[in-house]
Formats: sequence, structure tokens, C-alpha cells
Amino acid sequence: MRFGLTEDQLLFGRSLRGFLADRLPLDALRRLAEPGTGFDAELWRGLGELGLHGLLVPEEHGGAGLGMLDAALAAEALGYHAAPAPFAAALVMAVQAFRSAGDAEQQGQWLPRIAEGQARIGLGFAGLAGQTGRAALRLEGGRLSGALDGLMDGGDATHFLAYLPDGRAALIEAGAPGVTATLRRSVDRTRALVDLDLAGAAPVALLQSSNDPLAAARRVRDAGRVMLAADTLGAAQNMLDRAVAYANERVQFGRVIGSFQGVKYMCADMATMLEPCRAMVWYAAYAQDAVPEEAAMVASHAKAHLAEVGREVARLATEVHGGMGFTDLLGLHYQFKRITFDRQVLGGPERCRHDAAVAQGWIAA
Amino acid sequence: MDLTLTPKHRALREEVDAFIAAHRGAAPRPGGGRKRPDRKALDWQALLLEHGYFARTIPREYGGFGAPHDVIELAIIADAFSRAGISPGIHNQGISMLVPTLLEVGTEEQKRRWIGPTIRGEVIWCQGYSEPGSGSDLAAAQTRAAVEDGHFVINGQKIWTSSAHFADMMFLLCRTEPEQPKHAGLSYLLVPMNAPGIEVRPLRTMTGRAEFNETFFTDVRVPVDQIVMGRGQGWHVANVTLKYERLLLGDPNKLQQRFEAIRRMMEQPGAEGSRLLDRAEWRDRLLRLQGEVMAARHHNLRLLTEQAEGVDSGLGRFIVKYHGTMLAHRLASLALDAMGSSGLPYEPQGEAAEDDAATTWQIDYMYDIGLIIGGGSSNIQKNIIGERGLGLPREPKAAAPAGRN
Repeated sequence: MRFGLTEDQLLFGRSLRGFLADRLPLDALRRLAEPGTGFDAELWRGLGELGLHGLLVPEEHGGAGLGMLDAALAAEALGYHAAPAPFAAALVMAVQAFRSAGDAEQQGQWLPRIAEGQARIGLGFAGLAGQTGRAALRLEGGRLSGALDGLMDGGDATHFLAYLPDGRAALIEAGAPGVTATLRRSVDRTRALVDLDLAGAAPVALLQSSNDPLAAARRVRDAGRVMLAADTLGAAQNMLDRAVAYANERVQFGRVIGSFQGVKYMCADMATMLEPCRAMVWYAAYAQDAVPEEAAMVASHAKAHLAEVGREVARLATEVHGGMGFTDLLGLHYQFKRITFDRQVLGGPERCRHDAAVAQGWIAA
Repeated sequence: MDLTLTPKHRALREEVDAFIAAHRGAAPRPGGGRKRPDRKALDWQALLLEHGYFARTIPREYGGFGAPHDVIELAIIADAFSRAGISPGIHNQGISMLVPTLLEVGTEEQKRRWIGPTIRGEVIWCQGYSEPGSGSDLAAAQTRAAVEDGHFVINGQKIWTSSAHFADMMFLLCRTEPEQPKHAGLSYLLVPMNAPGIEVRPLRTMTGRAEFNETFFTDVRVPVDQIVMGRGQGWHVANVTLKYERLLLGDPNKLQQRFEAIRRMMEQPGAEGSRLLDRAEWRDRLLRLQGEVMAARHHNLRLLTEQAEGVDSGLGRFIVKYHGTMLAHRLASLALDAMGSSGLPYEPQGEAAEDDAATTWQIDYMYDIGLIIGGGSSNIQKNIIGERGLGLPREPKAAAPAGRN
């Protein structure tokens, strides 16, 4: 009985952070972020070698069969380094989608391809998650038509998984007839969104084997929310660490600015807000696997709370850097925008808290 | 992370729920740390101790339940009591601060003598730390204790001594080695409040009540063995106590109790027949606080695990007091707002009777500011977080105004 990480998890987090620190010095990050696709083939391969692609894929399908807490640690590391790599949708939500609503044949066909890094799936919801933008999909005679905006991990995706309002999900191949995918470079250049226009596209798989498709879809949404919370935790921790380092070296009035209480208290406030978030994210991730009765509520609460804390830390950490924080030179803005992205995708804090109220039975859906 | 409930845990949860269902009529109102426990509170405390729902991990020879440390068990018990809105027992300075201090640095004899009566609520302690001239700068304490024929002879003044007017004992930080540098000249003494030469004067606060006191010492004599650790080690002991005080002040179970009380209030139909919980603007305020309380509770479980594994949590621990007291005040703020004009009637009952709900919330709302200031103010906490937690440099010393030291 313990509330904390195992040695293996600590080691995994360290090695992933070490890899990313090595691969993503600021000049490399700038180069990879420039196209705004949120994808780089070489970085993707490297992450695959560390086992990220198949992290959640069960062992019988060629993955590592690890849990949501391990995935949250990966998301945290990716957020810390603002890594331009598909993850929350392509490697977590998509896997959960197949596991919760795919039949045996679909799992056998697609999970190994995800684990090999061959299938990179962008994912979006029509309804359910508080997404804004166009969300009108029709499935008629086995063909999908309409529009769905803002699919996550959409840049350079091989496939798109589009959730219908009834909770079923259709897997579409990018580039198939009737599929128009428009890349939307987001304010966070390390992750892209895709707008889909579909004109009678033929899905390569329809995930509908769950008894309760809406509940299955919500589990996928919740998995995504936990990953975004973890991503914000990492990005905000990075900004705090850099603010503290800067406050320890920048000299004004003959003193390092970190000795001024005004600056010190900004750092202390950031740490006070952020430190309890770590345990909250751990628990939210753990609950997805182990505490089903609380999973939905804590996922939405973690997403909302991290969004609020993330916004404060993003502002304060930038402020501690003075004018330099506002420039492009330090690259602090990559994490700043990462936090912005995490907040606005899959439902903002108000929407997430509403979902938390529904999940604990305070109000009807 | 392994929070799997074993059959033993499930049995404990059922057992606690059954206990609460069977005994809830005997429970005093939650809170009450600002008064001497009455018969009802003492009986309730005895019942909790007997069942191991209080002082669960304190060894039996010191009056505890003697169970092995298990984070989940403690969480199950705390959760059951806060869900039910039932008093989890007495939380005062003796129980939450002195007892863990003695467990950490006290002698065997001190543990056997003081812990049992303290956790039973029979011996009430107050804390002799702050002085008019040393508040945030605690180590500047000037209250003197000179040694004469086997006794410390204490002279000086303490302030903000909450509970001194009904306490039996005081743990006192005073200067015994005046020739030593500031921090090395202090000792930590255990002083009976009925000793001749102690005078307690009530200090009325903004709540209209006198929760605090000024305490004056004139040639107060205590035997030299009434000291925790040695002479000149008082600063170390005081900081052990402060560590526990700060964890007490940020206690997430208290936050959870408060949150649940507000949720219940917002679930009741109001004068217009509708529930505040059904209105989005009120619900969102409550939900926002729920998320923050949730983070605090999970953080606490992490700290308890680290404590059990002998890991010093550092930053994780330093933030607790500042985080918890600010959040507590925001919870009380929402309670006042939710009550609106019906939360304004204010009739504090003093020591004798229980306050009504509106008065209690108003007192909490004001008293919370005292807690934000006391136990090391928020600014002191932020210094500690910044300097010890994050490694930022100390403020350079500035000269005192002429004529002051």
C-alpha cells in the first residue's frame, strides 16, 4: 500500500526526460516546431525505441502492457520538453478506444500497428468532450460524411478516429477517397490539429462492440484529459524550474533577483500551486485503471485544475524572466503555448468541472 | 502506486461506517479545538481511541492504538468521518504538535508521562513561542530562564498564546544561554500553567472572543528536567514542533470536512425552493474548490507515504501550511456567500455552548486569517518555500533603525 511511484516508474521518467533533453535543445525544438505538424519522423522513431508507441498496448498485441500512470509520466516528460510528438490521442486515447470498443479482430489488426509506430491515429469527438468548431457527422450505408474540426495529433496522421455523437467511432484512412484533412497549425506549434471534411468516406473499422458506446467514448475522453493534465504538469514544472534558475543568476541592483521577496514569492506561489498537482495527476491516472467509480470525476477535475494552475504558472514564470521571458529568444513560450493548448482542447475547465458534477451525480447530464 | 483495498481494508471501511452509524448520536460537533473539551468530547475521544480511529499508529505503551503505519487505513478513517460530517476527534496543539514532537525527540519518560493524557484530551497544552518583539523572527525570543538550585526560573512575556486561559501545560521556547548566539541560546521547556508567577490576560480578537492571550512570567520555577532535549537545543525542538504545526494548519481532512459541509448546505433547497447546486455559477465555485481540496488530499497521501518510508518531502511539506490555510479561507468565503444575508446574524456563545452554523462560519472566516498569520505567516512560509524548497538566496540583512537591535 503506497501512494507514490515505483523504482521502475522513476527510472522510466528519468530516461525519457534524459532522451528528450538530449534530442530537443532549443535550436532543435525550433526547427521541429516550425512546420507546425507536431510530428518529426526521427523523434518519433527514437520515442518508439524507448517503448512509447506500445506503452499501453497489451503484451499479446506487441506492446508493453503498462498502465495509465506510466502513460501520464510519459506525457509529463513530453510536456516538460514541449516535444513535437503525437501522444495523447495517437498512443493513449486510440489504444483505449480499441480496448474499450473494438472487437477481437479489430484489436488484433490495429493494436500491433500502433505498437510498431506504423499507425498514427488522430482523434476527435463530435460532442461529448466540449470541443468547439464543426461537428456534424452522418454515417449512412456504411459511409461517413460531414465535418469534424480539431482532431488531436492530426498532423501527419496515418488515420483518423472520428467519434460519432452516439459514442461509436469510425476509423478513416488519411488520403482515402472522400477524405479531406486540413492541417490547422495551432498556437502551440508542437502539436497540430486537423479539420476533417468527409464526403462518403469508407471507414476501415467501426468501433461499436461496447454495450454502452457512450460510456466507452467517455472513458477515451477521460484518458485524454488525464494525459493533457500530465502534459501541463510537465510544461508548468519546466517553466517554474527555469524561472528559479533565472532568478538565481540574473543580477539587478547588485543582487541576484531571486533574493528579492517580490520575485521569490512569485516562485513560491508557483511551487505551492503546482506541487500538489503532481499527486493529483498520479491519482487521476491510476484511477483510470484501478478505481472505475472515481475515474471520470478525477480525470475531469485533474484536467480543470491543472488548466487553472498551468495558466497562473505560465504567466508568473514568464514575468520572473522580465522582458526576456516575453521574447522568442529563450523559447519559454513553447511551454507557455503547450499549457494554452492543453487547456483549450477536450473541454476547458468549466466544461470539465461540469462533467465532474455529472460524474458524481450532482446534476443530470 | 498501489491503493488496492485488501479484504482487511474493506472490512475496516465497513467497520468504520458501521461505527459511525451506531454512535453518531454521541459525537460532538466537528471542530471545537478552541475550547476545553467537554464531557461529550472526552467520551467521544475515548471511544475513538478504543476503536483505533484516533492515534492509530501511536504505540500502546504511550496510550495509542499501536497499529502499524498504513496510509490507506488512515485515509479510510479520515474519509469516513468527513463524508459523514462527524467529528474525527480532538485536534489541538498538544495532540497535533507536542505529541509528535515528543515521539520524535522526547525521552522515554516524557513519552510515557505526557502522550497518553494528552491524546485523551485530559491535558490541554498551549504554545509559548511568540513575543511582542519576536513574531516572525521567532529565534529572537527574549523570555529568560536562569538556572537556580535545580530549577529554571522564568521571566518574560509571551503573546498569541491560544488556549492559555484553559490549558494545563505550556511548551515554552525561552532563552537559557544568553551568552550564546541567537539560535543556540534557546531551550524548550514544559511548564505547568498553574505554577506561581504565571499570569494570563485574554486578548480579544476580531471575532469578538478572546481565543488568544498574553502570558506573563514572573520568577516562574520549573524543575530542570522539564526540558525537551538539552539546553541550547530549543531551536531544533521548536522547529520539530513547527513542522507538525504547519502540517496541522494545512490539514486536508479539515478542508474535506469543510467542503462536505458546504456541499450539504448547497444541496438544501433555499428560500425560493431551488438548490444552489443546481445553479451553474454556484456549482462551478464549489467544483473549483473541490478540485483544489482533492489535490491537497492526494498530496497528503503522498507525504504520508514518504514519511512512512523515511523520505524527507522537503518542498512538498513546506507548501502545506500556506496552501491549506489559504484554501480553508476560500472555503469559508464560499460558505458565507452561499448563506447570504441569512449568514449575518452573529451570536458567539463563548465557552459554554455551541455556536449556531452562521456564527461558526463567520468565526471560521475570520479565525482563518489568524491561522494564515500564525504558525509562521504566509510571507514566512514563502521565504521557506523559496529558500529551502527552491534554493533561492536569502534576503540580504538591512540595518535596523538607530536605537533598535
